[in-house]
Amino acid sequence: MHTAPPPRSDGASTPVPASSAPADGPGHPIVDIRGLSLIYPTADQPVTALSDVSLSIAKGDFVSLIGPSGCGKTTLLRVIADLERPTSGRIAVEGLSPEQARLKRLYGYVFQAPALYPWRNVERNVMLPLEIMGLPAAERRTRARAQLERVGLAGFERKFPWQLSGGMQQRVSIARALALQPDLLLLDEPFGALDEITRDHLNLHLTQLWRATGKTCVFVTHSIAEAVFLSTRIVVMSPRPGRILDVIDCDLPRERTLDIRETPEFAAIAHRVREGLKEGHSYDD
Amino acid sequence: MTGHHTADPYRTTLRTAADWGLVALVLIVLAALTLPLGAKDGVALGWFGGSLAPLFLIGVALAVIGGRTAPSRPLGAWVELAAVALAWLLPLHLLDEEIDLSAGWGLWLFLTAATLLLWRVLGTLSGVPGWTRSVLVPGLFGLGLLAGWEVLVRGFQVPAILLPAPSRIAAALAANAPVLWDDFGQTVLTAVVRGYLMGCGAGFAVALLADRVPFLARGLLPLGNLASAIPVVGIAPIMVMWFGFDWPSKAAVIVVMTFFPMLINTLAGLDSSERIQLDLMRSYGAGHARTLVKLRLPNALPFLFNGLKINSTLALIGAIVAEFFGTPVVGMGFRISTEVARMNLDIVWATIAVAALTGSGFYGGLALLERLTTAWHPSMRER
Ligand SMILES: Nc1ncnc2c1ncn2[C@@H]1O[C@H](COP(=O)(O)OP(=O)(O)O)[C@@H](O)[C@H]1O
Ligand SMILES: [Mg+2]
Repeated sequence: MHTAPPPRSDGASTPVPASSAPADGPGHPIVDIRGLSLIYPTADQPVTALSDVSLSIAKGDFVSLIGPSGCGKTTLLRVIADLERPTSGRIAVEGLSPEQARLKRLYGYVFQAPALYPWRNVERNVMLPLEIMGLPAAERRTRARAQLERVGLAGFERKFPWQLSGGMQQRVSIARALALQPDLLLLDEPFGALDEITRDHLNLHLTQLWRATGKTCVFVTHSIAEAVFLSTRIVVMSPRPGRILDVIDCDLPRERTLDIRETPEFAAIAHRVREGLKEGHSYDD
Repeated sequence: MTGHHTADPYRTTLRTAADWGLVALVLIVLAALTLPLGAKDGVALGWFGGSLAPLFLIGVALAVIGGRTAPSRPLGAWVELAAVALAWLLPLHLLDEEIDLSAGWGLWLFLTAATLLLWRVLGTLSGVPGWTRSVLVPGLFGLGLLAGWEVLVRGFQVPAILLPAPSRIAAALAANAPVLWDDFGQTVLTAVVRGYLMGCGAGFAVALLADRVPFLARGLLPLGNLASAIPVVGIAPIMVMWFGFDWPSKAAVIVVMTFFPMLINTLAGLDSSERIQLDLMRSYGAGHARTLVKLRLPNALPFLFNGLKINSTLALIGAIVAEFFGTPVVGMGFRISTEVARMNLDIVWATIAVAALTGSGFYGGLALLERLTTAWHPSMRER
């Protein structure tokens, strides 16, 4: 029923040949978006969530999408994940249509809430995508254990989600996304609901994980400090209609500790992001 | 008796307890002692008029004192429970002595005090987690009701035609065991089990189909309201005409009664998954069947059990009522309708007892299964 993706007429998901894509960054573009728009047909009045968005994300990048709420950050991430279909424009994920990429399980998605299944313990939650992939039981277990260890939750395999704190639950959901061993990790405000201390801690964890694994991350946030601390590039967005205002390179050293937030370089980039966000606001007010 | 015990802040002794509830109970008992216990051969009988009542009184008093001085409240509650049991044995003993209790106001007042003591004991025990709270307290409550029923019916000599005592129903149950067993086999083991499995199974299967074919759900749900408004007495005779006197007509009535509750509950359960959980499955490239098995059915379990539990009651009622409209000469509904006509009310009550026990056993088994399979659900997790 869902083996081969049916060809689509709107051209929205036509794969973009890698050669024709202009290389914005140093690596090979893993996500390539050209002139993408998305309009939600709501009951009263259609909402333009994304308007003419173009963005190219290179392999190994850590890209943050930042902007006030309602500017289409989640929508853009969901389009990349094929959870939402664009109205027009082209998008390619690893040279494939988003649907093909989804069916090949090329990305891991971390949602705003942990979305753990309460009837499964921590280990079985992490094994869920591996069961769907059809991996043998022994391999599922080894992989789940390895990812839980990576997010610092070794020893919690038999716990149930409700027995963990919010931060631990979100780490389980990151381990679950990592278990698929994707090259691309999509994270939608994963630490938005957590307190600042836990959040700092998890940010440090995430940047170390990114450096150790070399994965490409697309990270949605509305915290400037979080974006600057984690990213190699920051995409500044603005609402009504959702669009990209600026893409800011964040050339801090790849190896980062929380102390980096006290440096003048950090402050300079944060200032640029703040200025970019202000620009967007002058449009509506 | 003192020593390390004095350090225990929960320890109570008769001397230190300002337990006014207990004082009130003692006052009630003292008042009861001034009133008669009953009558023998038309002559009023006092508490100290030659019966064994004083012995019971001493036993009860000792047990209450023992309960109050026990090292812990739950332990004390168990000892006080013995006092309650002893108090309720007194009227049974007096009945054996052929004493007329209908004018024994002292005894009834005494039993009121014993019941209030039971109230207090159950209050304490329901604070003890685990089996005590979930099984023993309801069990003791039921036992208390049975004891009250027995003593009141026999004490006031209620005619058995109106309401027999539980002991009499139990005797009828034992005496008619083979007949009742055959009825049970016909009604429960044959008609109810088959009808229930078919009705619930069909409701579940059609719900899975309606979940894929939206117009089916839209068309069937209003029919569900219609079907639930049809009285059993209306469809039972029709089903007997369609399917004959034996179990298939009863099973058909049960199918009609249980199909829609199962369908509606299953559909509601399948709809109960959150969008984010569904998106997660989609991000794994999981298709309809995978999403159903790994996510939507587990999420639906509390709803499925709700349907199964409602239907367990409906199925039993349906089978028994349907048997009023034609049946082979066996079955619980047949037994009730014929024995009522012959004024054999002991057998009727025995059949009712079998039905009640079957119904609670059925429901209880499902509830237990639900606890085992949905321990993760917030409603089961509390406590
Ligand atoms: N499923 C939907 N249906 C209709 N409108 C939507 C839907 N999802 C999002 N929107 C609208 O699209 C806009 C962008 O939403 P979203 O991508 O969630 O923004 P962000 O994540 O940046 O807060 C908002 O105006 C929001 O109300
Ligand atoms: Mg969002």
